[in-house]
Amino acid sequence: MSPENYVVLAAVLFTIGTVGVLVRRNAIVVFMSIELMLNAANLAFVAFARMQGNLEGQVIAFFVMVVAAAEVVVGLAIIVAIYRSRRSASIDEPNLLKY
Amino acid sequence: MIGTGAARLSDATDIAPVIQPLAEASGVFSYLWLLLALPLFGAAVLLLGGRRTNKWGPHLAVLMVVAAAVYAVVLLLGLLGRPADDRAIGQTLFEWVFVGGFTAPVALQLDQLSMVFVLLITIVGSLIHIYSLGYMEHDPDRRKFFGYLNLFVAAMLLLVLADNYLLLYVGWEGVGLASYLLIGFWQFKPSAAAAAKKAFVMNRIGDVGLSLAIMLIFVTFGTVVFDEVFAMAGEASESTLTWIGLLLLLAAAGKSAQFPLQAWLLDAMEGPTPVSALIHAATMVTAGVYLIVRSNAIYDGTVFALTTVLVIGVITMFLGAIIASAKDDIKKSLAGSTMSQIGYMVLAAGLGPVGYVFAIFHLLTHGVFKANLFLGAGSVIHGMHDEQDMRRYGALRKVMVITFLSFGSATLAIMGIPPFSGFWSKDSIIHAAFEVSLVAGISGMLAAGLTGFYMTRMFTMTFLGKARWEDDQHPHESKPVMTIPLIILGIGSAFTGMALLYWGNIVDWLVPVTGQRENPLPLPTIAYEGMTLALVLIGAGWAYAMYRRDVPVEAPQDVNILTKAARNSMYDDAINDVLVVQPTYSVSRAFVGIDNRGIDGIVNGLAAFVGGSGERLRRWQSGFARSYALAMVGGAVLVVVILAVVRLP
Repeated sequence: MSPENYVVLAAVLFTIGTVGVLVRRNAIVVFMSIELMLNAANLAFVAFARMQGNLEGQVIAFFVMVVAAAEVVVGLAIIVAIYRSRRSASIDEPNLLKY
Repeated sequence: MIGTGAARLSDATDIAPVIQPLAEASGVFSYLWLLLALPLFGAAVLLLGGRRTNKWGPHLAVLMVVAAAVYAVVLLLGLLGRPADDRAIGQTLFEWVFVGGFTAPVALQLDQLSMVFVLLITIVGSLIHIYSLGYMEHDPDRRKFFGYLNLFVAAMLLLVLADNYLLLYVGWEGVGLASYLLIGFWQFKPSAAAAAKKAFVMNRIGDVGLSLAIMLIFVTFGTVVFDEVFAMAGEASESTLTWIGLLLLLAAAGKSAQFPLQAWLLDAMEGPTPVSALIHAATMVTAGVYLIVRSNAIYDGTVFALTTVLVIGVITMFLGAIIASAKDDIKKSLAGSTMSQIGYMVLAAGLGPVGYVFAIFHLLTHGVFKANLFLGAGSVIHGMHDEQDMRRYGALRKVMVITFLSFGSATLAIMGIPPFSGFWSKDSIIHAAFEVSLVAGISGMLAAGLTGFYMTRMFTMTFLGKARWEDDQHPHESKPVMTIPLIILGIGSAFTGMALLYWGNIVDWLVPVTGQRENPLPLPTIAYEGMTLALVLIGAGWAYAMYRRDVPVEAPQDVNILTKAARNSMYDDAINDVLVVQPTYSVSRAFVGIDNRGIDGIVNGLAAFVGGSGERLRRWQSGFARSYALAMVGGAVLVVVILAVVRLP
């Protein structure tokens, strides 16, 4: 199984994640799509590490996982806070910071 | 030159000026700076001291000028004790400007030329100060008046004692300032304020000439100190010297009220009469002549500039005389006379080495008799309760005897009747004029005839004939504090000419500074003097006949065009308005328009553009998080594409 296929898979996953961020209205689904993008990036890193024959890509994948976890914590806290005051999880609703 | 020929130079017919070595000021000369310090101190005390000095201030001012006059006489005696071509004393006070190669010290130079000026300024100035004690007695601002008078004397002394052009310029500006302050002394009178402004602005135009001349002198010679410049004057090109000469002439025309900058002199009569006497008759207006004669080394190298000086002198000589013949205000008529007499001096200076000495000679005699005339006019005005229209005078000889006699003495002097002082100086000029140009000589003679006319007209209308004033006006003679200076000046008007010429040897005295040349003439001297005297007597007789009897109290309106023009000062205001004022206003309005519509338009347009763009661009901030996310994705894609394209080959 050549590692290039995994890079292609990572690209496809990344694209699906991007489309999910742009299209879906529910904030939780947007977060899931962001997680998908992050995991796609992880996959790409590991595949490149395999192609290059060293472990640097895998180390960076660890960093990415940590960052993803921290970001999810903060993001979900914000969504919960907004849900509590507005009773809605749509990301289109809070649009007061406009012209 | 003069009838007896006693004033001809010993034997030579061409003497060049000498750059006299500048002796260091010592002995009696070591206090040279006092000449400046005394009146300056007086001015400072009076002007800065304020109302506390009201009581004794004027007397302090008088004391300062009298002290300066006494010291000036001491200095004269000191100079007389030195050999004839070693009479230059220099005293450096401090280094003022030293920038790179340019140095201009505050240094004084007392030589024959500045000595006679110092004497004129201090002595006549003292008499005028004393006279002002009486004339300005009832004026609430008299302390300020005396402060300004002292300031003027200090500035004028600085002008004539400076040893370099830059310091002369400081004195030049100082007298301009003092003139402004004094002409507009009664500043609550709009006409006086306007006259002061007019004098200052027209002077300023001349000052531009002086600044440019100083710059040109520095660029050409590398220095502005007189002795150094004059020593090198022969090496400069004639065109450079011509430019310098013309620029200096512009300055002199502004300060001495010569054509075309003469319009301010008649308006300057708005000031109190002692001011007119000091500034416009005896001293300030003669600063221009001083400048030209002092710069004789420059003018000697340029025939064109000298000829221009001569032409300006002739034009102004006639202009002033014609104006004086038609003015009914006694002071304005005297102002026209001053313009004309300075025209004589400028004419003499424009003759070159032939005439420099006589320009100064006439300047000195004129200083005495013109101050006499103005102070006499002031006495008449004072006695007639501020009436200045000569048509309302008449037969004042019976009520103001001293004024009548001194005014008469000065009138005979200015007309050039022998043996009064003006005869010696004016006829020297006419004689010298013939030595250079027939036209100049004949002009001088004709102007002498006109002088006879207008002075006799003035004298007859004021003192002779029948009284045209109401009995309840009670004209009276003035107080002794005013009449004693008149008496002194009257005696001066009679004898100064002869005294300077024969006893003082004014020609030999001044020759080391100015040089002297005499050209032969076809007729003997007495012929020219006779012709001039004849013209003067014709003019005088004509005026006497015209004005002895019936002088209408209201000026007749059906007069010929020349009289009408002369009454309007030959329309000088109208001409200045059309040539200078209106174009300046148009240019100014154009610039204002450019500023308002053009520059403001650009700036405001830019602001509007920025505002409009902002107005349109802000709609991108829609508040939708998904739009922001789309923008981010779009940007990232763009970056990737560009990177791919760049790395592609």
